[in-house]
Amino acid sequence: MKFGVIRFPGSCDDVDAQLAASRVGEAVLLWHADRDLQGVDAVIVPGGFSYGDYLRAGAIARFAPVMEDVIAFARDGGPVLGICNGFQVLCEAGLLPGALLPNAHLRFRFRQVTVEVVNAGTAFTRACTPGERLSLPCKHTTGRYWAPGDELDRLQDNGQIVLRYAPGENPNGSARDIAGVCNAAGNVVGLMPHPEHAVDELCGASADGLKLFASAAAAYA
Amino acid sequence: MDEQDGRVRARVLIRPKAGILDPQGIAVERALPALGFSGVSNVHVGRLVELDVEDAEQLDDMCRRLLANPLIEDYEIIAGGA
Repeated sequence: MKFGVIRFPGSCDDVDAQLAASRVGEAVLLWHADRDLQGVDAVIVPGGFSYGDYLRAGAIARFAPVMEDVIAFARDGGPVLGICNGFQVLCEAGLLPGALLPNAHLRFRFRQVTVEVVNAGTAFTRACTPGERLSLPCKHTTGRYWAPGDELDRLQDNGQIVLRYAPGENPNGSARDIAGVCNAAGNVVGLMPHPEHAVDELCGASADGLKLFASAAAAYA
Repeated sequence: MDEQDGRVRARVLIRPKAGILDPQGIAVERALPALGFSGVSNVHVGRLVELDVEDAEQLDDMCRRLLANPLIEDYEIIAGGA
């Protein structure tokens, strides 16, 4: 199992994502300007401030040369995980529904949150059980998930809501407490909290984040 | 028309769509009374993009594909204005 972590100018969680993925498989960094996915089995679009988040978070990164290959890889069913800024990039690229807006309170939020696994059938939640609670850190200013009301109904009906903030835990005003969504096929997943920062109890409040990486690796076991 | 070398000066105004919570607008609306400005409502904060273009016909496509996110934002193109 080989993970590829995209590195854009302005990415800052790429190395943590690589370290997290390397606990369950091989993990390499993929430079944004290279059109070569190096034969990876899964792609991670990490957190940070790609291209300075100019214009809108993720708006310019989606046109990076490597993204053309990531989009083709995702359309072929390849597993793609977008974390925080990576989630924003995948929404801008049209691989995931909806958009991320500035937090309702306009404040940067950095704290541990509890999320509930709603869909345990995606490429990155297979190692979880439905209703399972995960403790993950979040750190963002633009994390308010939004989609039109009828689209939210559709996502709910299709099982595309993957993670929800537990009651009272919504840190940003996201619609219906949504913390993570997937595409219709379930191979592309995006979430605002950071599983890559929660892989070792020695340097974090939990190791729950490892389950997302283990889920992807399980398909190749 | 404000043209130079066949280029047209254009402005694109981008606003949060009506009905979507605009916390920046709310923050500004709440700050104004503190300075003594009363009677202000319906404040929204957006973006202004200024650009010179050779082909103003392409502006709409530019807006839909990059300058605005049509899911969450409305845009207004003012081409050739002062």
